[in-house]
Order: sequence, then C-alpha cells, then structure tokens
Amino acid sequence: MDLDFTPAEDVFRAEVRNWLASHVPAVPLPSLETAEGFAAHREWERTLFADRWSVVSWPEAFGGRGSSPLEWLIFEEEYYRAGAPGRVSQNGINLLAPTLFEHGTDEQRARVLPPMASGEVVWAQAWSEPEAGSDLASLRSTAVRTAEGWRISGQKTWSSRAAFADRAFGLFRSDPEADRPHRGLTYLMFPLDADGVTVRPIGRLDGKPAFAELFLDDVFVPDEDVIGEPGQGWRVAMSTTGNERGLTLRSPGRFTAAADRLTALWRSAADPCDTALRDRVADAVIGARAYQLFTYAHTSRIAAGGSIGAESSLNKVYWSELDVALHETALDLLGPYGELSDEAAEAPAHGRWAEGHTFSLAGPIYAGTNEIQRDIIAERLLGLPKGRR
Amino acid sequence: MMRFLLDAEQREFARALDGMLGSAGTPRVVRSWASGDPGPGRAVWARLAEAGVFALAVPEEHEGLGPLPVELTVAFGELGRHVVPGPLAETAAAGALLGRLGGDVARAWLPQLASGKAVASLCVLSPGGSPYALDADAADAVFVVEGDTVRLAESHGPVQPSADPARRLARPLGGVVLEEGPQVAAAAAHAADVAALVTAAQALGLGRTLLERTVEYVRRRTQFGVAVGSFQAVKHRLADTLVALEFAQPLVYAAALALTADDPAAGREVAAAKVAAGEAAHGAARTALQLHGALGYTGELDLSLWIRKARPLRDAWGTPAACRARVLA
Repeated sequence: MDLDFTPAEDVFRAEVRNWLASHVPAVPLPSLETAEGFAAHREWERTLFADRWSVVSWPEAFGGRGSSPLEWLIFEEEYYRAGAPGRVSQNGINLLAPTLFEHGTDEQRARVLPPMASGEVVWAQAWSEPEAGSDLASLRSTAVRTAEGWRISGQKTWSSRAAFADRAFGLFRSDPEADRPHRGLTYLMFPLDADGVTVRPIGRLDGKPAFAELFLDDVFVPDEDVIGEPGQGWRVAMSTTGNERGLTLRSPGRFTAAADRLTALWRSAADPCDTALRDRVADAVIGARAYQLFTYAHTSRIAAGGSIGAESSLNKVYWSELDVALHETALDLLGPYGELSDEAAEAPAHGRWAEGHTFSLAGPIYAGTNEIQRDIIAERLLGLPKGRR
Repeated sequence: MMRFLLDAEQREFARALDGMLGSAGTPRVVRSWASGDPGPGRAVWARLAEAGVFALAVPEEHEGLGPLPVELTVAFGELGRHVVPGPLAETAAAGALLGRLGGDVARAWLPQLASGKAVASLCVLSPGGSPYALDADAADAVFVVEGDTVRLAESHGPVQPSADPARRLARPLGGVVLEEGPQVAAAAAHAADVAALVTAAQALGLGRTLLERTVEYVRRRTQFGVAVGSFQAVKHRLADTLVALEFAQPLVYAAALALTADDPAAGREVAAAKVAAGEAAHGAARTALQLHGALGYTGELDLSLWIRKARPLRDAWGTPAACRARVLA
C-alpha cells in the first residue's frame, strides 16, 4: 500500500503547474452562467485545447494526451489549485464523451469529440422532463422512426448550460409499447438550433440562466446521431451515471483547493477564540482529504481490474454535502460580506465564495438527488429491501 | 504505480483475525473483563499475540515485527469489529514509546510485549489529557509519561468505571523514573500518534459491526406488515452511516502510511483520521441504538457492548475538538 507518485507523474504535475501559472487569467472570468461569461469560458477551452490540456485523459487522436486516471487527478488538483476557470464543456467531456467511448461508433467519435475538446461545440444534457425527474424512466418525450431517420418531440427541462450551448444529448421513448418503463428508450444527439427546437432559459436561484427548458416539435435527427442500439438507451445512459455521480464530474482537486483557500481565509479573517468556526474549517479540510484519498483508492481498484458501480452514489452524497458545508463555512467567515452577491463590486475574492455557494446548493439535487442516492446505497450496497419511494 | 489498497497478505491477515475472533465469543469475554476477571480476555490476548498483533508495534531488534503501522490498523480494525477488551492501543503505543527510547527499558519490556506475555498500559499526562491508565488493574506494566520523564507506575488508584464497561480506568500512582530528557517527550508524542491511529482503526471496526448488525436487524424486524428496513427514514440513516465509515477508512490508511514514512505531516493525518473514524463510529452507535428501538437501550443486548464503546473511543487519545485543532495547526 502506498500513496507515491512516480517520477514521471511528478514531471507531469510540474508541467501542468507551469502551464497554468502562465495561462490562468489573473482576474476570474465573468460568471459562466451569463452570455458574456459563457463566451469567455468557451475561449478559455480553446486555450486549453491548443496546448492539449482540455481533455488530458482522452487518446491523442481526439486532442488528449492518453493520460492515466491518476494523471487526470493530478491535472485536476493543479487546475483548481491554480484557481483556473470552471469548465463550460464539462457536460460533454464528462458525460457524453465516456458514453461515446463505450457505445459510440468510430465515425461518431471522430466527428463529435475533437470539436467538443476545443470548445467549438458545447453540449447540454437533456434527460429530465417536467414529469420525469428522480423517476427518470417515466420520461415521455418521443423519438419516432421515419424513412430518413428519427423525429423527436416533447419537453426536456433543467438542461444545464442549454441556454447557450450548441447541441444536446438525451433519452427519448422510441417504443411506447415496451413492457417496462426503462425499455424502449433511445439515446440521441441533436442540435439546439434545429428547426422545431425552442430553448427557454431558466434562471437558477440567483437568476442566472444556468439551465433551460427545451421544447421539441418534430425535430429531425439522422441515424448517425443515435448512440448505441435504438431501444437500448437506458443501458447506454446508465453507463455514464457512474461518471456523473462518481469521480469525473466533481474531482477531488476542486475540494482540496477550496479547502486550502478556506484555511487561508480562516487564518486571515477568523477570531482565534472562535473554535466553533475552527472546527468547521477543520471538517472541510478533513472532508476534502478524505474524498481525495477515497478517489486514489478507487483509481487503484480500477487499475487492479475492479470497477465502480453503486459505490458512485457514496461519492455523490459525500462531495455534494462537503461542497455545501465548505461554502457555508466560508460565508460565515466573511461575516457581513458573506451576503454580498458575486456581482457585487465589493464581493470578497471577486465573488468566488458567493458564486461557489450558489453553485454548491444545486449539488445535492442534480445527477440524481441525494435522496435517490441514499436509496441506492441502502438497497444495492447494504441490501435493504425496496420500499415505496 | 500508486496502489492505495491493502495487498493480498494484509487482507488475509484481517480474514484470519476475523475468523479467530469470531469463534472466540468476545461478548462473553467482555462481560468477564468488565466484572474484573481478565482471565478469558488474557486468553484471547495470547492468541492475538500468537498471530503477531502485538509484535507489529515492536521493532525487529527487540523481537518484534515492526514497526508496521498499516498492519497495525488492519489488526485493530478486527479488534474493533469483535469488541476485544483490554489496553490494546496502550500496549501498541507502549511498544512505540519504548522502541523509540531503546536502552535497558526497551530490552526489558519489548520482547514481552511482542510475545503477549506482558500487557501494558500507558498514560501520557498533559493538560486536557486523560489522567487515567486504561485497565491498569489488568496490566503487567503501566508506563506514565509526564513532560520529559517516563516512569513505571508502582500501583494504581481505585478503578473508575467507564461508560464502556470493558474500560476500567485508574490513576497510576508512584514509581521510579526510568528515563528523563527531551527524547522522552518526542517518543511519547510519537506513541500518542500510534495510539490515536490504532484507536481510529479500532473505532472503524466497531462502526462496521454496528452497521452490519443493524442492517441485519432492520431486515428482520417487521412493523405495519413490512420490514422496517424498507422505510426511507431508516434506509437513509443507514446509508449515511456507511458513507461516514467508507470515507474515514482511507484517512486511517493514509495516516498509517505517514507514520510509516515518519512524514512531518503525520500528526495532522493521524488527527484527521481520528476525527473522521471516531465520529463515524459514534454516529454508527447512535444509529444502531435508534434503529434497534428499546431493544438497543438494553445492556442485555450484546450489541450494547459495541454501542457503549463508541463514544469513549471517539474521545480516547485525542478528542474530536483537540484533533480538529491539530488538523489546522
């Protein structure tokens, strides 16, 4: 048992750190959830891509470096340590790309992945519907077979980034006669500017259009944009939920970096006699370290031939609650400045804590609510009987 | 390539201890120990020694196998799972203390600690620390560190019962100074880290059994015509218990690795592990108590031996508050 990095991994870390030191913008970009910020973040993706840092774990053919999972973790640690911008392409990179690597065709990978890596095409996830949230399998949007391909109709919602994104991927009911709700679904990709698509941005808690509703009226999708076999969409989609809940969507580097910043804030701002706050800062530091180590153990298990299944629900509950607790603590440390919005000129740290706090509040909800995750943990990991939801 | 996982030998070591302790009937052993009869407990101790558990903290030059902090945490996980009584962490820490000090006292005691012939307790007197030596009445040697001195206690005060019936606390009294100097304080600090580490591992093992037994219980227990384990309020509490235990475990291994390497950050890693493991086990005990209902609130239930140990282990060798302060020190 060890926690040692190889000399090559140390070199990789130094290379990442050096590149970030000379490229990360000194002043944070405008919020990702605004038109101006979205464009700035897309530009940043191009900068990352130009030097092959946008998708380090992908094969070189698609713009990556073929990095190992551990190198990817190192990259993430350095990325967030450097205070680099949020990733506007993360839904595509972390959710769609793994699906294409597993279920896509060579043609799809060659066509979709490089422009995703460069930020030229930004992807949104179109899974949830007004009547299908936690109970995703009850979704009703349809995909109807035609001579030339498919026609999709219905309504998708809570589609992150869709207000400004270029394309979306999601699940559609292609066989209304199937005997079970999760059968007869098909996984499709479609452009958000196609005929029949109406995008209505939705303001999140602070009003920024972080997600959107999608109204789909007989939108044409060619066969080449079906991922996996028609009717097998549920199986295809579920292969990425482990990624979403597990390590790739919220890598430990985010939290170790945020915990370091929180510690610095505490040292500079806190009353040393306030041990209640001190304990919460310590818990954030411990929590971030625990998540980092848990992930190293996961990576080791995968390298030894293991896989992650329902265990990814443990991750989801853990990081999402850690993120909220960490940011709540930061706001408390900021005292009267804690309530300033990230748009306030006098917001501490360019509004980073305020933005991070707002963002963290969504964590226990998206990617499967924490209530659903706890059901999965109880039923699949602890073996408790299924009950009414 | 990094491999942050137990190896096959370490896993086999855990399995062997689990099998041996599982057949030892430890709840009965604990009840004897609690009543002042350490006989059955010493018999288990001898079998643990035979399996090499106490030699893991003792350096090779003193007839030990160690120091091997990772293996110690593996062993203490099993000791916790099976709620083994006695000054376990204290004997391991005494091994670490004397191993660092060396000299005559090490030659006199370490081979005996490694072989299980002698059981030791340890008390590190410090502001805010415990004034008691655990199980001093059952120990063959009680080492007392105070500032720059270490002494071998001559006797002990009356036993003060603990919330955990298996923990018998007493103030060490008198004795001659064995060694004096700054090296004593340094060795004692290292010993306290070892004690905190293995206590964290022991707490996690305790928590795992509390969770397993409670899951078994809520699967069996029916109310309103269904297993109570099918209710979300019950499930979610158990899910949170598993989350806490699972995320504490790697902190314990990382702290063991830091101690192995004599890493300057080892104290912080140990403190983080102690907070997380202690809180996870304490939470598991509260969950076990709650989900067993009135049954959980009885001393007759064997699981009460685990429930009652969780809080003392959470506080022993570093309260959560003290450890959190240390994480940020």
